[in-house]
Amino acid sequence: MIESDDFVQALQDIGFDFFTGVPYSILGGIIAALMERRLYTPAVREDEAVAMAAGAYMAGKVPCVLMQNSGLGTSLNALISLNLLYEQPCLLLISWRGFQGKDAPEHLVMGQTMTQLLETMKIPHRVLSEATLIEDFKWTAQTFMKQRIPVALLLKKGIVKGLRP
Amino acid sequence: MRPEEGTLQSRARAIGAILELLTDQPVVICNGFPSREAYTIADRPTHFYMIGSMGVAAAIGLGVALNKPDKKVIVLDGDGNVLMGMGTLATVGAMRPKNFIHVVLDNEVYGSTGNQPTISRIVRLDQVAKAAGYINVERVREREDIVYEFKDMLAKDGPSLLLIKVNEQVEDVGRVEIEPHEMTQRFKKAIE
Repeated sequence: MIESDDFVQALQDIGFDFFTGVPYSILGGIIAALMERRLYTPAVREDEAVAMAAGAYMAGKVPCVLMQNSGLGTSLNALISLNLLYEQPCLLLISWRGFQGKDAPEHLVMGQTMTQLLETMKIPHRVLSEATLIEDFKWTAQTFMKQRIPVALLLKKGIVKGLRP
Repeated sequence: MRPEEGTLQSRARAIGAILELLTDQPVVICNGFPSREAYTIADRPTHFYMIGSMGVAAAIGLGVALNKPDKKVIVLDGDGNVLMGMGTLATVGAMRPKNFIHVVLDNEVYGSTGNQPTISRIVRLDQVAKAAGYINVERVREREDIVYEFKDMLAKDGPSLLLIKVNEQVEDVGRVEIEPHEMTQRFKKAIE
C-alpha cells in the first residue's frame, strides 16, 4: 500500500498545487497529509469543489478535487457546463464505492455506472494501481495538458493508506 | 406587489453602478441575464461570464480569491443562484478570504426563466451571509447607497456581501459572444 504522504508528494511533484474536495474514508489519509501541508480547502459539496477548482485553474493553479463517487453525481452539471465546456482542467481523484457490487446498497448503482458516466461525459479516466502509479500519474499530466479538461483517477480500497490501515 | 417595488432600480442599473467603480479586478458573473447585461454594459477581459452551471458563481470566485490574495475578487450573483449554492456562503464564511466581495442582485424571482418567485423574499440572504461569517454585510437599494457601500467594501478587508434589492426588469440584451474556452484563457491571462 502507498503511504498517503508519498502519494501527496507525488501529486505535488507533477505540479498539483490546489486541493479541495469532500472527504471519504479511503481518501482520509490523503486529506490528512494535505491538511498537514496546508494545501487543502474543504468544500461542502462536490459541485462547489469542481467550481473552486475552475477558479483556481484560472488563477494559475493546477487543481485536484477529491471525492467519493456519489459526489460525481452531485457535480455532474458543474462538470458538464463549467469545467468541460470552458476547458478548465482538474484532476478528479474519485474513490470507488460499490466496486464489483460488493458494498452497501446506496453505492451499488453508482459503483456500477460510474465508468459509463465518465465515458458518456468524455472525461478520460483510469483506475489507479500501486504497480502502475508512476505511469498513471504521467498519463494524468499528459492528458491534463493536452485536453485541458477534467481527468479522473479512480481509487479503490487498499491502494493508498487511509486513516485506519 | 412587493412594498419596495415602486422605488427599486433595475438590475442592469445596479450592475452599471458596480462596474463603474471597477477597473481591472477579477469579476465572476453568474449565469442568465446578469452575465448578458454585464457583457453589454461593459465587457472587460477581467470578466468571467457563466452561461450554465447555476449556483456555483461564488465557488468559482472563491477559487480565484484564495489563489490571488493580492486582488479584490468580485462575484456578481443572483438570489436564485445563491439559494441553489447556499453552502458556499458557509465555505466563504469559514475560509474568510479578505479579498472576496459578493454582490447579490436580489429581484426575488427566477428572472431568466419567466419570473417564478424565489424564496429570497422570506429568507434574507444578507442575514444568512452574516450568520455564515461574512465580515461586512450590507443591504441596499438606492444607487448612492450601492456606490457608498461598494466603495467601502473595496477598501476594507472581507469577506463582504452587498445585497442589492432590484426590480424584475430585464434589459433587451443579446447573448455573450465569446466562446467559453476563449473566455477561460482570456480571464486567466487578464488576472495573471
